Amino acid sequence: MTVNPTDMAGRHLGRATRRRAAEAVVRSLVYGAGLLSIVILAAIAVFLFIEARRGMTEVGLGTMLTSTAWFPTGTPKIFGFVPLIVGSLLVTAVALVVFVPIGIGAAVFISEFSAGWFKEAMKSVIEFMAAVPSVVYGFLGVAVLIPLVKDTFGLTSGMTALTGGIVLGVMSLPTVISISEDALHAVPDALRQGSLALGNTRWQTVYKVVVPSASSGIFAGVMLGLGRAIGETMAVLMLTGNAAVIPGSVFESVRTMTGTIAAEMGEVVFGGLHYSVLFGVGLVLFGITFAINLAADLVLERQRKRWRR
Amino acid sequence: MKVKKVMAFGLVAALALGAFGLTGCGTKAADSGSTGTTETAEAELTGTINIEGSDTLVNLSTAWSQEFMTENPGVMIAVKGGGSGTGIASLINKTVDYANASRKMKDEETEQAKANGVTPVEHTVARDGIAVIAHPSNAVADLTIEQIGKIYRGEIKNWKEVGGADKAIVILSRDSSSGTYEYFKEEVVGKDKNYASSAKLLPSTQAIVDETAANDGAIGYVGVGYVAPSIKVLKVEGVAASVESVLDGTYKISRGLYMYSNGEVSGAMKSFLDWILSPAGQKVVEDEGFVPVQ
Repeated sequence: MTVNPTDMAGRHLGRATRRRAAEAVVRSLVYGAGLLSIVILAAIAVFLFIEARRGMTEVGLGTMLTSTAWFPTGTPKIFGFVPLIVGSLLVTAVALVVFVPIGIGAAVFISEFSAGWFKEAMKSVIEFMAAVPSVVYGFLGVAVLIPLVKDTFGLTSGMTALTGGIVLGVMSLPTVISISEDALHAVPDALRQGSLALGNTRWQTVYKVVVPSASSGIFAGVMLGLGRAIGETMAVLMLTGNAAVIPGSVFESVRTMTGTIAAEMGEVVFGGLHYSVLFGVGLVLFGITFAINLAADLVLERQRKRWRR
Repeated sequence: MKVKKVMAFGLVAALALGAFGLTGCGTKAADSGSTGTTETAEAELTGTINIEGSDTLVNLSTAWSQEFMTENPGVMIAVKGGGSGTGIASLINKTVDYANASRKMKDEETEQAKANGVTPVEHTVARDGIAVIAHPSNAVADLTIEQIGKIYRGEIKNWKEVGGADKAIVILSRDSSSGTYEYFKEEVVGKDKNYASSAKLLPSTQAIVDETAANDGAIGYVGVGYVAPSIKVLKVEGVAASVESVLDGTYKISRGLYMYSNGEVSGAMKSFLDWILSPAGQKVVEDEGFVPVQ
């Protein structure tokens, strides 16, 4: 078989064109996949809004956001989001108190004071914590924490905002630790060496140089942990007692937005008023978590820009 | 180079599969209606029955269907939970044959059904006695319905007001969506009244049993099937909750459990319902801790 040079060139050209075409196809598919996630998010918002519309017109958005009682199946029916929003915020606040010091402390330890196999083992354990199903955390809370809280504080019941908040705090730890640890890891070594060269101890280097440099990343981790805590459902449903009251302290029972949706959705009249109001609760929750994630993203972006300079 | 190609191919394949999966979903719902066929009396019964609804009824329904399927190998019965509202919505959308419900259908749902061309027919398949429970150490042994109502409305706050120790009452209830919650509200708390807002609403009946066993101030209500040695059952109006006292009507707090169908049933669906109401089916009711209808 004889092959002349022009033929060879032609075949090469053909392969290159084909490759370019294949690349274009793949690129558009990947582009589509990226776009799809945005479309899905927008669709969720639109869908929530459409389903919640009946509740918003019949009950009134103002009434929902200001009324302080939640009796969705009572007589008369009262749909007030205030106890639910306050409940969610209180539980999340308790979680914040738990996961901020422990999470940042653990991240600093892993990033700055541990090394080798121990560091890797710690990271794996923390990743595993994130993989434990929330119902298992809830189960442990019911078995261990509820009686403990009841006896320790001499309460009539251990189903309190405190109980739910502590478990939520533990559940949010992996998020906070992983992201904070990444932020600490990203601090250039030159900063550490400079600080040590100036005579600072390791501890001084950590809290005067490394942690402040990574502060926006740590903040983003805390915000994402916050988003995780406020959106968690199963554990709070099992632990907080779900009484729809505006709590006077963390030792009282609270009802969260997520718990309300999960507990009531299965039994409502589909397309009914109660159904629609539950979508309204979902919309409020969506708004809150969206704002938290957006804030975290903006802060992270600021940090990225700072290191790029 | 080669690896890249493989990855690209994998990506394309995954996306294509995803798209296929999305479009595939829409076509399924149409054919899941009743396929129960009437045969001659001697011929083997065949058909598929889809049941969905109340979580209270899930275990009972599963037990029924298992026994019925053993006797009639030609019949295929699928049982799903999800809640009374979920089941009724599916019945209205014609995607199930029977909807299990631990409450009666609401007017709004009946209207939706009519608008959709569905005629719901109610079948009472079992009864459930609601036991009022407290911690084993509680000295109170007997309450009137009036007293229980006052406790659940928050008018009585301390056990000493009903003859017990000086201890705050911790009110435990099912969630506002549960059929039991609504039944208890209608019959005990009062038609135009609301539960005390301090009532703790627990996500499951078992959670009420567990918390009552652990909390010496607690009061709760659960189906008689859930009564365990770890809790104390209070008499209501002097009568202890039991299958017998519910059956002879002396125990006052009991409710029906229902299955709804679209129109009158025939074929395998009718055989199944008839079997449920027969002594064999009602024996399963008792085994599962509920009260038979007769």
